[in-house]
Amino acid sequence: MELTGAEIIIECLKAEGIDYVFGYPGGAVLHIYDAFYKQDDVQHILVRHEQGATHAADGYARATGKAGVVLVTSGPGATNAVTGIATAYMDSIPMIVITGQVPKHLIGNDAFQEVDSVGITRPIVKHNFLINDVKDVAETFKKAFYVATTGRPGPVVIDIPKDITAEVTEFVYPEKIEMRSYNPTVKGHYGQIKRAVDLILSAERPMIYTGGGVILGNGSEQLREFVRKLGYPITQTLMGLGAFPASDPLSLGMLGMHGTYEANMGMHHCDVMIAIGARFDDRVTGNLEKFCPDAKIIHIDVDPASISKNVKVDIPIVGEVAPVLDALNRALDKTDKTVNKGALEKWWAQINEWRSQDCLKYDRNSEKIKPQYVIEELHKVTQGDAFITSDVGQHQMFAAQYYGFDKPRRWINSGGLGTMGFGLPAAMGVQLAHPDETVACITGESSIQMCIQELSTCLQYSLPLKIVNLNNGYMGMVRQWQEFFYEKRYAMSYFDSLPDFVALAESYGHVGIKIEKPSDVRGALEEAFAQKDRLVFLDFITDREENVYPMIPAGAGMNEMILV
Amino acid sequence: MTRRHIVSILLENEAGALSRVAGLFSARAYNIESLTVAPTDDPSLSRMTLVTTGTDDIVEQVCKQLNKLVDVVKLVDLTKDEHVERELILIKVKAENEQRDEVKRIVDIFDGQIIDMTDTTYTLEITGDSKKIDAVLKALQGITILEVVRSGQLGMGRGDKGMI
Repeated sequence: MELTGAEIIIECLKAEGIDYVFGYPGGAVLHIYDAFYKQDDVQHILVRHEQGATHAADGYARATGKAGVVLVTSGPGATNAVTGIATAYMDSIPMIVITGQVPKHLIGNDAFQEVDSVGITRPIVKHNFLINDVKDVAETFKKAFYVATTGRPGPVVIDIPKDITAEVTEFVYPEKIEMRSYNPTVKGHYGQIKRAVDLILSAERPMIYTGGGVILGNGSEQLREFVRKLGYPITQTLMGLGAFPASDPLSLGMLGMHGTYEANMGMHHCDVMIAIGARFDDRVTGNLEKFCPDAKIIHIDVDPASISKNVKVDIPIVGEVAPVLDALNRALDKTDKTVNKGALEKWWAQINEWRSQDCLKYDRNSEKIKPQYVIEELHKVTQGDAFITSDVGQHQMFAAQYYGFDKPRRWINSGGLGTMGFGLPAAMGVQLAHPDETVACITGESSIQMCIQELSTCLQYSLPLKIVNLNNGYMGMVRQWQEFFYEKRYAMSYFDSLPDFVALAESYGHVGIKIEKPSDVRGALEEAFAQKDRLVFLDFITDREENVYPMIPAGAGMNEMILV
Repeated sequence: MTRRHIVSILLENEAGALSRVAGLFSARAYNIESLTVAPTDDPSLSRMTLVTTGTDDIVEQVCKQLNKLVDVVKLVDLTKDEHVERELILIKVKAENEQRDEVKRIVDIFDGQIIDMTDTTYTLEITGDSKKIDAVLKALQGITILEVVRSGQLGMGRGDKGMI
């Protein structure tokens, strides 16, 4: 059957099982919007700003594991999407971004709403395409989905000139695609797995350090089996939280700049480190020269370029996390060797001594609302089972430290790029993916204002999000650094010009509640979550100068933390 | 220890493939000493020869990042094994009176050719590895050089195996 380029795009999305596309119309994509209008299979969600579309698709992808899809127009549509594309790229999120382009004959002419979208996005995508011929549309989409969702996932941009969306051709969607230049490794090398097992079982002070790769690679079940089989301590990165249950006694919580004392001390003193789907980010390692001086390192990652990039490893295993962990588990079942029980007991005694520092303690008798308390109460009210998105800053760290995630894909935040404004639109994507689940966005009065316009989208599609605004009147993390490193010179604050968030939420058609006393926190949360069909904006006026502890200052080692 | 590496890359002969490679180098602050690229006998493939310097660890990371580019089909660090390298240089020099003989002698010594001439100039073509090309330029120090263009390094592994 002959179809237009625009109709082919819809057919490709249907063939890939896409139910939602997040976007914003404009001149270069009007043929595509017309094709959307004529069908009901793929629903288009109209955001209020293209950045919101990318974060919403990103949230959808993180919550489901499927690729999120974005549709924006040329020029400013594409440039507004850039922040969201970079956000997805840094956290390896599968995403397809369709950008309209001016008609082919105008490309390079500085036409109205023309930018070189492929050029602008090149360093922040896994791959991108400019379609030159309507006959290439179907195959390009097949390739794009294949590249975005396999190997180390990532965003793929498809730039499509307007005239191509109107031209017609025969539509055939390829069933399979092979690319000679792209063949990601799936299974780990058997010899490496054998060597890893020997090293793992020789450990006296082992640490398992896991990251977002376990979640992206759906390796949570295999990880649980692996950790419990060994009885070794595990610490997870900001991106990895939930892959292993926070409530399990083997879990030492998060590591890194704002990680727990026991996790960071455990890392520093370990003799064997098993890194799984983690990339030795600078926020994790602190000063590389002081990083884990005694550790022999095993590193499992699907991306060979992540291995020995920042830290030299002893046993690299390239492959997807789930099959590699499966192979490790089977090899552990078969071997005659066992863990060194005596050494492990001593190691746990040491770890428990570090644990007894209770590094996440805070003043529970304060007359001001402590942000940590709000998160703990949120955990109780949602039975620890909500999907939580966050923005970036202190509230993000408090959420990561105090919510206690027990399941994968429940904790959704911008870890790599650190994009303020991510939380609200991401929560929209999560809620659309899971209409019956509880979705909360933990944010601050700074971050929420960066994509506040999406409150309007939430009304249009009846998304009953709960927004937990930890309002301290400061860009909290900036203020914390200024307190520590700039002698409290609080350059750039805005306390006197903040909006009335309750009135703002109400003007967008939602419910707003302001909470000023610790004794009102629980009640307000219960009231909000009881309103199943409404978006409720909870504006918690929190202690203005609360800091995130513990903290590894820049340039310090993991054993040089600042405690409360 | 920092040293020079010659990396051979086969990549899809598609618009933008070159800028993906060049962009990677600037984005990650790797350095490029020279880069040549042209289609191969298979018109769907381009072959690129890239010269970079760095420690072995850095160059290994460069190669991994290059391999990650979806357009890159195959990559070999030629410096890891026996290989041949060649570079071509074109030099336009002033050549008048007795200088015409002197330039001609230098060209003969380096096994080059004079491929264009006027009453006052010669254009020379010389091929060789980089050391030879550097030596040519040194030998011509007494002559006025009007223009120089170097192709950048080309390389190929020794022996009976092809790159694919």
